[in-house]
Amino acid sequence: MGLTAKSTGSGVLSSDIHVEKGNPDDRVIVIAGNPNVGKSTVFNGLTGLHQHTGNWPGKTVSIAQGACKGREFSYVLVDVPGTYSLLAHSVEEEVARNFICFGKPDAAVVVCDATCLERSLNLALQVMEICPKTLICVNLLDEAKRKNIHIDLGKLEKCLGVPVVGTSAHKKSSLKKITDKLDELCGGKIIPEPRQLRYIKPIEQAVSIVEPIMKKHLGNVISARWLALRIIDNDSLLAEEIERFFGKNPNDISEVSETVESAKSLLAENGITSDCLKDRIVSCILLNAEEVCDECACCEGCRMAFSRADKILTSRAFGYPIMLLMLLMIFWITIVGANYPSELLSTALFWLGDRLSELITYLKAPEWLNGLLIDGAYRVLAWVVAVMLPPMAIFFPMFTLLEDLGYLPRVAYNLDKPFCKCKACGKQSLTMCIDTISL
Amino acid sequence: MTELNELTETKRLCDIAVGENAVVERLTIHGSMRRRMLDIGLCDGTVVECVGRSPMGDPSAYLIRGAVIAIRDCDSRCVIVRGI
Repeated sequence: MGLTAKSTGSGVLSSDIHVEKGNPDDRVIVIAGNPNVGKSTVFNGLTGLHQHTGNWPGKTVSIAQGACKGREFSYVLVDVPGTYSLLAHSVEEEVARNFICFGKPDAAVVVCDATCLERSLNLALQVMEICPKTLICVNLLDEAKRKNIHIDLGKLEKCLGVPVVGTSAHKKSSLKKITDKLDELCGGKIIPEPRQLRYIKPIEQAVSIVEPIMKKHLGNVISARWLALRIIDNDSLLAEEIERFFGKNPNDISEVSETVESAKSLLAENGITSDCLKDRIVSCILLNAEEVCDECACCEGCRMAFSRADKILTSRAFGYPIMLLMLLMIFWITIVGANYPSELLSTALFWLGDRLSELITYLKAPEWLNGLLIDGAYRVLAWVVAVMLPPMAIFFPMFTLLEDLGYLPRVAYNLDKPFCKCKACGKQSLTMCIDTISL
Repeated sequence: MTELNELTETKRLCDIAVGENAVVERLTIHGSMRRRMLDIGLCDGTVVECVGRSPMGDPSAYLIRGAVIAIRDCDSRCVIVRGI
């Protein structure tokens, strides 16, 4: 998609995200998940190259869309930003929530991290609260297995009441399970009965007062229970979105605001002020996630989360020496190793330049053209490629290897204090490593 | 006597030793850091274990709900805990 009037005009600020369907029958699927759980890998694996990225209207949060085909239906997948919850603390969360809530997706896929199921379920339960047609995709199963974490997917499915599939995102065959389940979910072969989030008694009571009133005024297109709790929690951002979606602001309806007030006073009587209501809600959701996780996952390996190797790599005695040695080794390999391909490349490219120059002379082109194209443009480009390409081709794969081994976060952890002293943070040490090699 | 001390003195997450467990009582921080802590699952009742300290002693690693997370002392100071 290029820059069209629609994508750049003033309309983008007010309109909702535009889902591009190839066919009106296409089902819209939203893909949610925590950051770094392989959400993008799942998305890329499913859509291949059929995707494009756009900005959320008025926000600098990009949303990728892509098409994919199942056996029965075609899907448009919308990749919302990775978040830990949907309580709209940040712009990313707001965007994710608004799309799940008001973007009318036909179903949602929540990508979960098998190695850290509890945190993922925290989000999954919230998504299920809004969108009952949810598919849970437990990703990184192979890694969990390595860490001795066993997840009973069947039990999880029973526990959550929505379909669950296990995947290892870089194994493409396992992704087929997602589209198969989505076919069943969208075709109505699976009727999900999502587990409801249970809150503590006063909150439940407050919700039960407001819920019927919300249902009366706004219908049940979006879960009235969920909306009720958000309105009790003073979510003014959501109220605005509701106004845009339904054409009326719940806070302006006198019956709603009256019941919300009485619900709030009921909460206050039980010692839950509006300040701590959000905390209570968060801890209730976490407790729910904990409960499910305890039932369905057993991790003999949890104790090993911080292994003996980690202890050595971050120890006072060995932390810095190992780190320095490792980085020096990489730099050395890069600098020494790059010499040979550099020489080879420059010989080859300059040889080609000479031939091109001969060609131009043979074609009886004017001398200045030769100077401009060959001596100027081509030689500069050849130099840059010969000098820059080999070190990059060596350094970046090695750096990626360290990343995959998980060593880089340890470096950031080791270096955080000194970097903090310079008003930076440990993560920036990695950017510095990359900068050094570019010099 | 030690029990009494534990009751009267507020213990903070940054005070717990490596290998020690604690239960979160409350967070005394507000704004974005509080949200971040709730996001990673640090709320009242959460069991936290300190699993390591970085070479300079400042960020420490904590095992929180199955994930190891590094928190700077200036942030973990705002988490009131009690021992188990």
